[in-house]
Amino acid sequence: MPGISNENKPLISKKIDRFFIGLASAFSFVKRFFQEAFKPPFEFREIMRQSYEIGYRSLPLISLTGFIVGIVFTNQSRPSLTEFGATSWLPALISIAVVRAMGPLVTALIAAGKVGSSIGAEIGSMKVTEQIDAMEVSAINPFKYLVVTRTVATTFMIPILVMYTDFVALMGSFLSVNANELVSLSTFFVQVFEAISFLDLFSSIIKSLVFGFTIGIVGCYKGYNSSKGTEGVGKAANASVVMAMFLIFIEELLFLQIVNAIRYA
Amino acid sequence: MHNEENEKVVKIRGLKKSFDENHVLMGVDLDLYKGENLVVLGKSGSGKSVLIKIMVGLLTQDEGDIEILGKNTAGLSLKEFNKLRLKIGFSFQHSALYDSMTVKENLVFPLTRNIKGLTRKEIDKKVDELLDAVGLPQSVNQMPSELSGGQKKRIGVARTLILNPEIMLYDEPTAGLDPITCGDINKLITQVREQFNTSSIVITHDLTCAKATGDRMAVLLDGQFKAVGTFEEVFNNASDQRVKSFYDYNFIK
Repeated sequence: MPGISNENKPLISKKIDRFFIGLASAFSFVKRFFQEAFKPPFEFREIMRQSYEIGYRSLPLISLTGFIVGIVFTNQSRPSLTEFGATSWLPALISIAVVRAMGPLVTALIAAGKVGSSIGAEIGSMKVTEQIDAMEVSAINPFKYLVVTRTVATTFMIPILVMYTDFVALMGSFLSVNANELVSLSTFFVQVFEAISFLDLFSSIIKSLVFGFTIGIVGCYKGYNSSKGTEGVGKAANASVVMAMFLIFIEELLFLQIVNAIRYA
Repeated sequence: MHNEENEKVVKIRGLKKSFDENHVLMGVDLDLYKGENLVVLGKSGSGKSVLIKIMVGLLTQDEGDIEILGKNTAGLSLKEFNKLRLKIGFSFQHSALYDSMTVKENLVFPLTRNIKGLTRKEIDKKVDELLDAVGLPQSVNQMPSELSGGQKKRIGVARTLILNPEIMLYDEPTAGLDPITCGDINKLITQVREQFNTSSIVITHDLTCAKATGDRMAVLLDGQFKAVGTFEEVFNNASDQRVKSFYDYNFIK
């Protein structure tokens, strides 16, 4: 019927409407992940393949970054501690900093850049070239095969990478401490483990699981919802990194508040 | 080619689909008979691809009924619909081959996902048979990026045939191909019907392809079929000027 239609009139404003629609769509994507993740058949083979891609192939970059972070942080902290004659606290200081915050954060940020962008670009490109549609018409569940496998892989691989980063960073720190303070490896690690508590390790692992989930689900969401065309693929890759990094910082802040509340309760 | 007593494998009634203000399909009725090749013609953006995408559930209709192999798709659960999907082969306009997999893996992927308990020997045999059927036995270990446009189309068809579909849907099978390769693809479409006993809907705006592959034509204009019949019936006696001009543009008089 001719006339003025109110159907396309924004509820609040176009931008705010779009924000809330995007939020609802993201929540329903996460909800679908949990619905599909616990429903058989489970794609173990693809999860293993993705874990290899995400974990093993990230090792060189993670190793280099972790090692350098360990050395740099030790060298930067030394002058301040020297002023108080407290250089013997270096192993304890480094271990707390690395295990509580720097290990998970550095690993997650590198993974967001390396893994998140590649997931966003890969799924985005599959969407644009109708490969996801091809799965669907062959009665294959693309969400389960692409999204669940990648998100599960990042969720479980990031904590492993974080533990590895912690170790490499501490080794970097040891080299610096050993060269300047002549501390042996065993003494260094005794001091490291004395300084960290079960809560530090536990919260670090839980935090890493959340970071891993965030990187996977954001990459998949952005790729799965990329608009048509090659420009959309680039945008999906870029948005995956930006959004994942933003959420990781927010999560880091929340975890800090929660863990401190537990620690000082 | 068909009479009313022939079995209808697809029956579409009153199909409507709009994208915001763009009314693409406005009450489409369509019958596909067992064993026939029906060509849906129309200019770009007329809703031809939308029609077959609705049939396989990639898009949902706003209104209307679709009955495929005697089952109304609206009332089916996802599990039931997936069972029905296995009987429908969909050949994509740009082939949609999985670019991280070899040709063989592209074929094996839908097969092993849907049919359990196949031995490696049975799988290899099936793959070899289909690659032979599409004339590309040598490409088994190639990556999609190493194939030409025509070869990709052939592998795309082989991938859909691996599940023994009863209905084939071809979305612009000759788009972007040179005339010789177009001819090869047209032959392949006819050969698939004969060799695999399929009924097909071919979406195209290429009248050469339509004439070579179709038993019946249906011209989609303004969201509805304006002319349905054999090639001669549609174009020789076309009363609608736009149907006539469609012919004139393809075969310059």
